[in-house]
Amino acid sequence: MTDLDYLKMSKWARLAHSFVGFFASIPSKCRDGFKKLGLWFVRLFRSIADNLVDLVDTFVKGDWKTRLSYLVMGFGSFARGQWGRGLLFFLFQTVFNLYMVNFGVAYLGKLNTLGTLETYREGRRTIYGDNSFFILLYGVLTLFFVLAFIYTWRANIRQNKVSQQILDSGKKLKSTKDDLKSLADEQFHKTLLALPTLGVLVFTVLPIIFMILVAFTNFDATHQPPSKLFTWVGWDNFRQLLSSDSASYGDTFKQVLFWTLLWAFFATFLNYFLGMMVAIMINKKGIKLKKMWRTILVMTIAIPQFVSLLYVSKMFAQDGLINTYLMKWGWIASPIPFWTDAGWARFTIILINLWIGIPYLMLIATGILMNIPADLYESARIDGANAFQMYRKITLPYMLFVTGPYLLTSFTGNINNFNVIFLLTGGKPLSLELSGNAGYTDLLITWLYKMTVNDTNYKLAAVMGILVFVVTAVINLLVYNLIPSVKNEEDFQ
Amino acid sequence: MSNNKQIPEVDIVVDEKAGVIREIKPEQKLRSKSGHEKRVNVGIYTILTLMAIIWLAPFVFLVFQSFRSYLTENGGMVNYLLPKTWSLDNYIWLFTDEKSLFLRWYLNTLIIALFNAVLQTVIVLSVAYALSRLRFKGRKLIMNAVLVLGLFPGFLTMITLYFLLKQLGLTQNGAIPGLILIYCASSGMGYYISKGFFDTIPKSLDESARIDGATRFQVFMKIIMPLAKPIVIYTILMAFMAPWGDFVFASYVAFGTTTNYNVAVGLYQWVNVADYQGFFTRFCAGGVLVAVPITALFLALQKYYVEGVTGGAVKG
Repeated sequence: MTDLDYLKMSKWARLAHSFVGFFASIPSKCRDGFKKLGLWFVRLFRSIADNLVDLVDTFVKGDWKTRLSYLVMGFGSFARGQWGRGLLFFLFQTVFNLYMVNFGVAYLGKLNTLGTLETYREGRRTIYGDNSFFILLYGVLTLFFVLAFIYTWRANIRQNKVSQQILDSGKKLKSTKDDLKSLADEQFHKTLLALPTLGVLVFTVLPIIFMILVAFTNFDATHQPPSKLFTWVGWDNFRQLLSSDSASYGDTFKQVLFWTLLWAFFATFLNYFLGMMVAIMINKKGIKLKKMWRTILVMTIAIPQFVSLLYVSKMFAQDGLINTYLMKWGWIASPIPFWTDAGWARFTIILINLWIGIPYLMLIATGILMNIPADLYESARIDGANAFQMYRKITLPYMLFVTGPYLLTSFTGNINNFNVIFLLTGGKPLSLELSGNAGYTDLLITWLYKMTVNDTNYKLAAVMGILVFVVTAVINLLVYNLIPSVKNEEDFQ
Repeated sequence: MSNNKQIPEVDIVVDEKAGVIREIKPEQKLRSKSGHEKRVNVGIYTILTLMAIIWLAPFVFLVFQSFRSYLTENGGMVNYLLPKTWSLDNYIWLFTDEKSLFLRWYLNTLIIALFNAVLQTVIVLSVAYALSRLRFKGRKLIMNAVLVLGLFPGFLTMITLYFLLKQLGLTQNGAIPGLILIYCASSGMGYYISKGFFDTIPKSLDESARIDGATRFQVFMKIIMPLAKPIVIYTILMAFMAPWGDFVFASYVAFGTTTNYNVAVGLYQWVNVADYQGFFTRFCAGGVLVAVPITALFLALQKYYVEGVTGGAVKG
């Protein structure tokens, strides 16, 4: 297809074209990906080889200070007067050695079985055996540590090489004072990022890797440390969650995934369009008390959700205010099953979510609407466009153009929108047709929560977490591949 | 569209004082349509009023019910809205009854929120500044890694975090420092909005200061920070408000030790776990006491919130 054909198509045809194009390009993209991965490996091996050569080279050409640094990290720096760097290297090595001797080696050794010594009782005493949980957790931590050590050790050698070269060329080395000073200047990013990075590594990266590994074990209610061991089971958990024979969760998973996507779609787009409408109404010329309307709506953002949503969920309960008043006024004969009927519950959740979501969108849209050049509307009005035409041709394209990325993050956010579901229904109504304690309003994320907290079925929770990641990643990739093509052609005429 | 295009009539008046010929702007021309305009406005006012009622009703109801005595009427859910007699019994119970831990919970949450506001702001602004205005090796790598990590659902790692905290002795009786640690540790990943703000400050400011001999640290503290007041306030506000609403992780970490609950966990169990028929009005009263200061703070700083949110949305 030539560019000319493409330009002839309508906007929707173009979107459909890029949609199809995206899926059609998956095989070739995969091929490219593998090729890139292959190249990456080649480069990795080459760089390892280079590093090894350089290590030998440095050792051969190095003086005794450098050579001793291969064993005692930081010795070279010390000997050349950079005691600050030397001390850091040396401390790191000491901590690492102590850790490895006392814990690390033992945990690493058991990582392949996750422990073999069972806990047993001898009369009244409980003799604790291996704890699979800690073996896995500290095993991963130790691997982190080893990688960090290799990196630091390499840096220590390189440091010696560079220092030697600088001294050979007759220049002076940086003193510790200079090093400290540079932390506020050239190396300022290290000062800023050191703590946050450490925090993320320990409290985000480590737990995520740990849980990804748990997905391949049988860690659940019947295999709970410290009394029981758990071990590697390969892809079994994925099979259990995805295949649809009677002992598996496949059908329930499909059902929950369907509702998750449906919910995310409605929660994102209904809020988006209605919020925009409200913003347009409030911003219209001639409407007074703009600030008051905005403030009233914003109340739902300000008040903590556990107060407002819990209260609203009680309002819609079988014996709640809504039902009792509707019955008092004689509008209905029996209470509406807001939370007990699957269809009603889903509808009510989406409805109440508008109450939370519209104000947010209203704020965003207000900011953007003010930025639309007024002369666009002026000329449209002169051309005789009515309000709806102006909305469709000017406001909407402009909004979509500017808030495209926001829509995407909001969609992913809604897939993981725990609060609204958990506080309103807790996933209910439950059903015998669904397995794994899932209810008809459960999202993947609330189901994951239930599996963790109620059923302590950690292995399936871990698999679920990975699948949520896959779903959001696919959607993100899809949209990133679609949006630019829409964006480039957008012109507000 | 081209067929029914109206050709605007152009009225020309001569403004004698100014001595120029002036065209009447289309806006002024539209006044002839004021009847239509008025009807539209009336419609909008009706919709807005209806919305205002729907938006405020639950909060008003909440306040009403908090004034219904659990002693003389009913502490559970009833089928009427206005209390028969207005009383402060629920509030008095919250503050004076031996069994009520409300004050303790409130204090716990306040401590967490204050620490969180300070530490998280420092962390978020540091990360945002470094990624926005400094160029160094690994910058892109960090940003991509954060993007990928952000796609994992937060609750996935809950048990791991719990056991990590337990190893440090920061669960149950140590729940409060434990929660502060968890909230702050990963907060660096939420740098997007602040980075978007820093990106808009002209680079030439840094450069001229650097030429004058300022270090990067000085540029950060003396040049950028004073300009970043809106985003600082936004970050503090968000960091302060978040702990008030967290009950999932807070209940997991403080499990079983009621004195270390935060206010959300405590009130949540009143409604859902304990016999809520007796505690419903007390929940309402507690909810009001949490909501009022938070809402007041939020509304006072609304301007900064709007700036942060719209900035963040536009830049993605």
